[in-house]
Amino acid sequence: MLKQVEGSISTAEAIGLCRPEVICAYPITPQTHIVEGLGRMVRSGELKNCEFINVESEFGALSACIGSSAAGARTYTATSSQGLLFMAEAVYNASGMGLPIVMTLGTRAIGAPINIWNDHSDAMSMRDAGWMQLFAETNQESVDLHIQAFRLAEAVSMPVMVCVDGFILTHAVERVDVPAQAEVDAFLPPYDPVQVVDPREPISIGAMVGPDAFTEVKYLQNYKQNLALKLIPDLASDFKKRFGRDSGGLLRTYRTEDAEMVVVAMGSVNGTIKDTIDEMRADGFSIGLVTLVSYRPFPTEELRNALKGRKHVVVVDKSFAIGMGGQLAADVDHALRNVDGAPHALSCIAGLGGRPITRASLRELFRKARKEPWEGMLFLDLNQKVVATEIEHMGSMRRSGPIAENLLRRLSVTPAAE
Amino acid sequence: MNDAVKELEPTQKLKFYQKGTFTVGNRLVSDSDRTVQASLDRSNAITCGHRACQGCGEALGARYAVDAAMRATNGNLIVVNATGCLEVFTTPYPETAWQVAWVHSLFGNAAAVATGVAAAMRVKGRKEVRVFAQGGDGGTTDIGFGCLSGMFERNDDVLYVCYDNEGYMNTGVQRSSATPPAARTATTDVVGAEPGNVFGTGKSLPKIAMAHGIPYVATATVADLHDLERKVTKAMSIHGARYIHVHVPCPLGWGAASHDTIRLARLAVESGFFPVFEAEHGVVTGSRKIRHRIPVAEYLKPQKRFAHLFKGGEDPRVARLQEIADRNIAEYDLLAHEGNV
Repeated sequence: MLKQVEGSISTAEAIGLCRPEVICAYPITPQTHIVEGLGRMVRSGELKNCEFINVESEFGALSACIGSSAAGARTYTATSSQGLLFMAEAVYNASGMGLPIVMTLGTRAIGAPINIWNDHSDAMSMRDAGWMQLFAETNQESVDLHIQAFRLAEAVSMPVMVCVDGFILTHAVERVDVPAQAEVDAFLPPYDPVQVVDPREPISIGAMVGPDAFTEVKYLQNYKQNLALKLIPDLASDFKKRFGRDSGGLLRTYRTEDAEMVVVAMGSVNGTIKDTIDEMRADGFSIGLVTLVSYRPFPTEELRNALKGRKHVVVVDKSFAIGMGGQLAADVDHALRNVDGAPHALSCIAGLGGRPITRASLRELFRKARKEPWEGMLFLDLNQKVVATEIEHMGSMRRSGPIAENLLRRLSVTPAAE
Repeated sequence: MNDAVKELEPTQKLKFYQKGTFTVGNRLVSDSDRTVQASLDRSNAITCGHRACQGCGEALGARYAVDAAMRATNGNLIVVNATGCLEVFTTPYPETAWQVAWVHSLFGNAAAVATGVAAAMRVKGRKEVRVFAQGGDGGTTDIGFGCLSGMFERNDDVLYVCYDNEGYMNTGVQRSSATPPAARTATTDVVGAEPGNVFGTGKSLPKIAMAHGIPYVATATVADLHDLERKVTKAMSIHGARYIHVHVPCPLGWGAASHDTIRLARLAVESGFFPVFEAEHGVVTGSRKIRHRIPVAEYLKPQKRFAHLFKGGEDPRVARLQEIADRNIAEYDLLAHEGNV
């Protein structure tokens, strides 16, 4: 049914349609509206046969999910930012145990400095944790990806993190088509676990594994992600057949057919990039876009096929590994290595801590990529003056003080408009 | 055992009259009073072949506690285990000593995992299946404390049993918040102005559990396994969050002889150093009385972790430890009065 609705609410409704049996979450901005919505649905009886557990922390939330999933229940949780870090130990544990938990990540920056706004630092912090990570571009895709995520997770018995841009999507009111229960039921069969703790068939789960088998257990985790690489496109095409929409898949391309320059990005920023591409195309600039949906597993081959033969590749990362560079850029570079004549991926870091990514800035970025390509990271809309002043200040005295507060003071004295 | 087999069994004239002692397997007591372990039908949840140290109090306590819970639930039990000695010595891959549905996730989350298991059973309509979480004192009083308090506060239908050997024995005997004052551990070495663990630190988890107002809290020791079984059985007859704190001597960590495990547990009780009591909804309902009161020094002396207190005359800190025992005796009314032995 088409409706004008906040992203968190339509996502909550989609999760409800997946008939979760245990939902367990701890409040953290901007994920809160999703679990509030689900809590209401469970209490009102709208969502039947479901336990909603309020817990004392994100660590407790995912731990309870581990218990319920191991006991054979379809299990859901949601978190953001610091919350994901607080549950980090359980994040690795859930994937190591092969539990098909689905978690929404309302993507958000990580402190310090404390910042509640959107970027992808949280998702990237767990990119090696063994979870599959799918990035939604719109609230419609958030709805669709969650429905696909339960089927994907349960098919390979591995957890899935659906990454939805905090605020930009979670708090945006958009037109969303929320499917009917019968449609979702036809797409998503009841959960049939591959392992379950049950007194009727007592087994041990979570044994200590030494050097004799640890490598093999980890190898099989990777094997499952490789299975998912094949399964994700199948799920997307089955989804399209039933629901009539292109949603999910490993990646999507936009106006790439003849594009000399191709941009690679994940999440909601793709909308802005598409608008920018349309404008630049109208000016005769040959540019297209690859929207990466599945970050883990990483579709190396599909990406390589989409990028080879291009003159320029620009990767827009909404996070970066401090001391190294953009994570997505590094992975794109990895996909392009050993490809004859492959372009070098130009790395742009944008939208950190909620900074808006504007069409004007992107236009300038893509023009610069063609005219004067750069090495290393380019920070979009970096306030060079403030940074230079602080670097000078730090060099001028030992007790130069806290950087964040120094910058804020300087910005308040010198308005950004200057 | 069926009757045909019973008839073939030779009968033995009993020579020792042990009724009323702590001895397990006492054949003079009635069937219903006998230990779970005396029955051939026992679940044997932790089977032999595990890798616990000789004289491990935790292995003993866990076997009696889990088997009692198995009997109380007709085997409809799921055990959630925190990381620690018990988890490591029972499940060296690819072996497992557990003959019960058993799951281990992390060090600090057993109570939360148990909450999730209980929720799954509820939503699936498996009312008969009960959840039993267990961990050592480190996984309970320290790193697992947040999850445990959350489970208590929500009054989730979980029995949590802590096997308290008063330190991180699995990692090489470090101090936990359950380590008694003056005790030597690897991180409270017997050097400096105040050798051993510092006085005035630590916490009483049974009291904290009581403060949550949960339906049942009890303490027990491996010196009285009947009492432990009774408490587990009672706990399984109640729904909601329940907590049992079991004192389990650790020969390795305490520097004690393997054959002294049960004796040490008894001395802890008889000195008043470890109070054995029960509480319901935050109120103490009864305590196990001391039979032959002994000075706390008798409990401390067989343990090398307290040896520094007895080198060259008695250390004044022994008196401070005695004060702790005396306070327990007063607080939990541990001395036998007329008629309440």
